[in-house]
Amino acid sequence: MKIIVCVKQVPDTSGKVAVNPDGTLNRASMQTIINPDDLNAVEAALKMKDETGCKVTVVTMGPPPAAGMLRELMAMGADDGVLVSGREFGGSDTYATSQILAAAVKRIGVEKDDIVMCGRQAIDGDTAQVGPQIAEKLGLPQVTYVAEMHKTGDTITCKRMLEDGYMTIKVKTPCLLTCIKELNTPRYMSVSGIFEAASKPMDTFDYNTLKDDPLIDPTTIGLKGSPTNILTSFTPPQKGAGMMLEGDDKATCDKLAGILADKHII
Amino acid sequence: MEETKAMDFQLTAEQEMLRKMMHEFTENEVRPIAAETDRTCEYPRENIEKLFRYGVMGMCVPKEYGGAGADDLSAAIAIEELSKVCASTGDIVATHNGLCCGPILTNGTEEQKQKYLRMLTEGRKVGAFCLTEPNAGSDASKGCTTARLEGDHYVLNGSKIFITNGYVADVLVVFAMTDQSKGTKGISAFIVESSFPGFSVGRHEEKMGLHGSPTAEIVFTDCIVPRENLLGVEGKGFNIAMQTLDGGRIGIAAQALGIAEGAMHEAEEYTKGRVQFGKPISKFQNTQFVFADMYMGVQAGQLLTYKAAAVKASGARFSKEAACAKLFCSELAMKTTTKAVQMFGGYGYTRDYPIERMMRDAKITEIYEGTSEVQRIVISANMGL
Repeated sequence: MKIIVCVKQVPDTSGKVAVNPDGTLNRASMQTIINPDDLNAVEAALKMKDETGCKVTVVTMGPPPAAGMLRELMAMGADDGVLVSGREFGGSDTYATSQILAAAVKRIGVEKDDIVMCGRQAIDGDTAQVGPQIAEKLGLPQVTYVAEMHKTGDTITCKRMLEDGYMTIKVKTPCLLTCIKELNTPRYMSVSGIFEAASKPMDTFDYNTLKDDPLIDPTTIGLKGSPTNILTSFTPPQKGAGMMLEGDDKATCDKLAGILADKHII
Repeated sequence: MEETKAMDFQLTAEQEMLRKMMHEFTENEVRPIAAETDRTCEYPRENIEKLFRYGVMGMCVPKEYGGAGADDLSAAIAIEELSKVCASTGDIVATHNGLCCGPILTNGTEEQKQKYLRMLTEGRKVGAFCLTEPNAGSDASKGCTTARLEGDHYVLNGSKIFITNGYVADVLVVFAMTDQSKGTKGISAFIVESSFPGFSVGRHEEKMGLHGSPTAEIVFTDCIVPRENLLGVEGKGFNIAMQTLDGGRIGIAAQALGIAEGAMHEAEEYTKGRVQFGKPISKFQNTQFVFADMYMGVQAGQLLTYKAAAVKASGARFSKEAACAKLFCSELAMKTTTKAVQMFGGYGYTRDYPIERMMRDAKITEIYEGTSEVQRIVISANMGL
């Protein structure tokens, strides 16, 4: 049994957020961190490793420095890592990213007992799309927003957190789960993990490694393969103070209806 | 043209990772309880348990004896990071690693290392070092604790004072006179377990600072220590003590450096927010010049400490480097915390801010593991004067 965890290196938005003149995020000038939800996914995988002795593989798509993040995850306890990196992959939106990551996960191999885990969403894009898209492209059943999980045999019982309650779902392996922060508290790196990390296996999958996969096509990856186009990005203007009408009489209701009609809301 | 090679001031990837790990641990686990630990004088047991779990306790012990096989510079970085926020926690770890695991690793037999280093790492037993006595501080030759060989065991009698980790330690490296007539050449070292018959803990010290670090008197009353627990050879205890203190001083340098860095950081945050005469006091040149001196001191202290750790790791003699680092950083900690309290004004004198605690904690670094005066003796003696 193995668990493949997809992780992303993101800008640290807890500090100063730097924005380029064109409105895009100035990633180069910002510190990077491991996406918080992804750390919950890694912790869930490592807990299962503690219990069952299964293997944990961490995968990321990003520029070469992202390898440093994979080493940190190995220092937490992951067994090996795969860096998916290549110029051809640059500029990918969620659709293209999931094409590439799905191909990478397929190459690592998903067997009957295996689980693929992702964080719910990344703090830079906040789309929560990549995990579910990978599942679709690999034909795996998926459970999103996992807040609790228990594995018995080949069945995982997941508590799924929704806005208005919980849903309990049973899913059979192989499957893909996306994790939320309520699932656990991620561990720190350990000293022995830090000193073992450099000797753990790390593979790099570039375009040539993945190009024979049907998912990898110049029209489906990178900037060209990304159906999402960012036309502009901007800081939303501050909202003005709200208006409060008091009273339950007809005159107040007429006033309210008049304001809404003026704004073409009704 | 001959290629010149620059000095390498870069930390390794592992050392950088370790700093990050220790920073995260310190911010999340240590900072929330640091003030309370000081107020209640309670040993931070849960955090020490966690530091065992993450392999920080006994981190330099090689893997074959249960440790992580970390290098000396990494160990210094760990103490530095902890001490930025809580010097007591830094002290507990520095003592365990440098003064207990250290001498056993350097002088122990294979059996001793297998048994005791495993206890001090995987076994989560806390270590201590017992040298100081009421009449034997800087002059260790005046120790009165005796060890008499009787068949297959030694019988220890006497008492040791100011023992860090004293009332929580399970494994202690103890120095006692096997031949009082020989002065320092009559001192021998032993590995003693707190469960041995005749071992007891005396008075718990009430100290100016380091309230979370448990300091106590240790009393030996016909304490039975198996003969195989003699560390090194009989009569060589003084050498073991001095060699251990050389290493321990790097830990105290790192602790003092951490205190200075922590105090500087607290003062930066405070002075940026404190407005007097219409502007933050950090904008006054008087304040800025003090910060410039603090920063310069921290940079110099870091270089001295890291160099001492690197020389130790290289296997070369490092007494002078360790003494320089310990002396410089302990005086730096005292100067920096005193100036930081001044920047806080009246607030700095209250317990509403951590800065008065840092000043109280800093003072001991000029005293223990060799006073500043002893460091000057070590440095000048190593200069061949």
